[in-house]
Amino acid sequence: MATAAITAERENYLNQEYGIKSWLLTVDHKRIALLYLLSITFFFFIGGFFALLIRLELLTPAGDLVQADTYNKLFTMHGQVMVFFFLIPSIPAVLGNFLVPLMIGARDLAFPRINLLSWYLYIIAGIMMLHCMLTGGVDTGWTFYTPFSTAFSNTKVIEAGLAIFVSGFSSILTGLNFVVTIHRMRAPGMTWNRLPLFIWAHYATSIIQLLGTPVIAVTLVLVVLERALHLGIFDPTRGGDPLLFQHLFWFYSHPAVYIMILPSMGVVTEIVPCFTRKRIFGYKFVAMSSIGIAVLGFLVWAHHMFVAGISLYAALIFSMLSYLVAVPSAVKVFNWTATMYKGSITFSTPMLYAFGFIGLFLMGGLTGLFLSALGIDVHVTDTYFVVAHFHYIMVGGAVMGYLGGMHFWWPKISGRMYPEALGKLAAMIVFIGFNLTFFPQFILGYLGMPRRYWQYPPEFQVLNVLSTAGATVLAVGYVLPMVYFLWSMRYGKIAPANPWGASGLEWTTTSPPPTMNFERTPIVDWEAYDYENIPAPEEARVAG
Amino acid sequence: MSEHIVPLKTNVAVWLVLLVLTGVTAGVAFIDLGPFNTIVALVIATCKALMVVLIFMHVKYTSERLVKVVVFSALFFLLLLLGLSLADYATRLLV
Amino acid sequence: MPDSPIAVEPHSPELRHHFADMEQQREASSLGMWLFLATEVMFFGGMFCAYLIYRLWYFPEFAAASKSLDITLGTVNTAVLICSSLTVVLAVRAAQLGKRHDQVVYLALTLVLGLAFLGVKGVEWTSKFKEHHIPGASFHFEGTVPGHPDQPVDQQHAQIFFSLYFAMTGMHALHMVIGVGIFSYLLYQAWKGRYTPDYYTPLENSGLYWHFVDIIWIYLFPLLYLIDRKK
Repeated sequence: MATAAITAERENYLNQEYGIKSWLLTVDHKRIALLYLLSITFFFFIGGFFALLIRLELLTPAGDLVQADTYNKLFTMHGQVMVFFFLIPSIPAVLGNFLVPLMIGARDLAFPRINLLSWYLYIIAGIMMLHCMLTGGVDTGWTFYTPFSTAFSNTKVIEAGLAIFVSGFSSILTGLNFVVTIHRMRAPGMTWNRLPLFIWAHYATSIIQLLGTPVIAVTLVLVVLERALHLGIFDPTRGGDPLLFQHLFWFYSHPAVYIMILPSMGVVTEIVPCFTRKRIFGYKFVAMSSIGIAVLGFLVWAHHMFVAGISLYAALIFSMLSYLVAVPSAVKVFNWTATMYKGSITFSTPMLYAFGFIGLFLMGGLTGLFLSALGIDVHVTDTYFVVAHFHYIMVGGAVMGYLGGMHFWWPKISGRMYPEALGKLAAMIVFIGFNLTFFPQFILGYLGMPRRYWQYPPEFQVLNVLSTAGATVLAVGYVLPMVYFLWSMRYGKIAPANPWGASGLEWTTTSPPPTMNFERTPIVDWEAYDYENIPAPEEARVAG
Repeated sequence: MSEHIVPLKTNVAVWLVLLVLTGVTAGVAFIDLGPFNTIVALVIATCKALMVVLIFMHVKYTSERLVKVVVFSALFFLLLLLGLSLADYATRLLV
Repeated sequence: MPDSPIAVEPHSPELRHHFADMEQQREASSLGMWLFLATEVMFFGGMFCAYLIYRLWYFPEFAAASKSLDITLGTVNTAVLICSSLTVVLAVRAAQLGKRHDQVVYLALTLVLGLAFLGVKGVEWTSKFKEHHIPGASFHFEGTVPGHPDQPVDQQHAQIFFSLYFAMTGMHALHMVIGVGIFSYLLYQAWKGRYTPDYYTPLENSGLYWHFVDIIWIYLFPLLYLIDRKK
């Protein structure tokens, strides 16, 4: 159609300037988001590659694919790459960077050049990590426990530690940018209580990034110094305490898991009202629960250390606090459900991912409560139960939220629609593959199979084979969107400004948006999630 | 941050007090106050830090409540790190 | 066709165009620096946490090691930093009052004081090197527990003190070096007349950074130098 052709050629952030320099030296938050998209997707497949090797080894009880030391490197690098180079940046650096200014009615983030710096720091860290992996890797586990990492491991601990140190600064700068932007650059009328809950989620995430990341940064500095200079800060044979490392490490790394999940929750909170055609239930509760998770998340770190040698009293305190932190997460689940009650639900691809998120996050979260109970934790800690628990949250939760968000906002980002049938198919494959991979691991862990072991007793083989089969299915589910997103950039249907009939300022501007985001600064005088007044997509299309 | 200009006298006074307190800190270290030596030293250090934050860094004069929230949050989370870690270390030998 | 954008009002050449006006830019920059300082609190905080634990565990050795530090140099350095905070404040004040020459003088003084601090640090570390107090293969601490002249100090525990001493003062010194770099840039820009009563945000925010580094030292001084000087 003629209008479609004009829309496609209208000047937007993608076609405003061409050439590699215009991308590598951009300060446009939308372009930086795409730079991140390419980078984190690359690292996702690296981390996934390690996962596949792990699952291949675990097809048989004997250690017959790789040597034990190599296996240690595989799970270490899988963890490091996935945590630091995929999960932590993923939604904030891609969807957050793209959407935060748009959602609040601003022209860009507060510090566009710092935004670009944050990407370059990520790339530098990534290159360091890649070099480390290619020249021998690390075998300490992503947790770098001392004194193995500082005194006994023969692998490239220093290089890996420094790579993560640099990536931490990338994370801090992103968080800093978001907090300042959200405080200082909201459009007229965009009060705190009118903000999309995606923004509240990213605000909470940014607080964690700002306050937590520096602690792991300094801890890694101490580890590097200790390893290089043979100090004794964390080495019991030299007067040090290995648990001090663990306290400092987990002080960040526990809140880090909330960095990884909060943005996903924000995504789900945008998707659910849209495809239910209803205002979110309990806006203030959802907003406050994000802040609650961020704050309470800092109070629970030693639940990773219950059997490490902390005092029983400390264990009791941290166990009780860990129960507490489940409450705000539960609040969100109740609110999503209540939103859907008597709503008019469309099972679009984003909504399928949202449903998957809610169910799988629920299971992951509840099993977290199992682990908070000292008695159960003694039995299942360092087994596959824990592995299943955190993969339910990180993969069943965070990654599904990320994919749901990518599908939801793809029309806005690219100006094209992805093929809906393939989208639904991929979502189903991911869901099936995920459950097949990780549900058996709950059972394996409960039965006693330890994590990070390269061999296991033969009675565990069937469940391991199921898990590996699931991983293969899951891989297919992940590759599909890559293929059809790329396809859609050339052949996809041209997207209108608001294909879903969604609320939010980002949908009031064109798809893709112009470089300056809005023709004129929006002035907001309506509440968020104003679905009573937004026509559903079919009506909008007929009217248009 | 603000148009308020702190009087020169105030700045110089704070500077002098900071120098005097530095001397006091060093001097008191040689006097035996038992366990209070550490407490006195840290209290004086905190007074000095407060003066730098409130006057040199302008927090006393700012109309931005947000700045005070940021300062308070940083201190709160630092104390959380120190305090909850101590919850482990202080109770290890009890059980 | 979209309307042409609203005519841009005359504004300071320092206005970055994603901001609506200079006030928004100033408030954003200020908040940004405060948040960065909050991250620095947590960064140093990790080392303070390690220090706290080991001071509790190894108090006698920490006391002995602390006594081996030069209290005069430590006190002098504390005074030097306090003076440099004053000169920073006066430099910002000079900008607020539109006095270019005063800005330059005070910024230059700040640099001199900052470099003096680093110089004294260098002297202290050199003497530590000569006394074999630098952690590593040649570490050896000669000394007894304060108040117990017959009790030699545990070498490992003393080494932990010095590991933390060098980590903390080293990290602090690194921040001073960065500060010197930033203030050198500011000195040059101030000399060129860039900072006026209408625009002195970089001065103000860099001043915040400098004061913060001063505050870290205000705590490091008693914690490292004055653990137990009574005996």
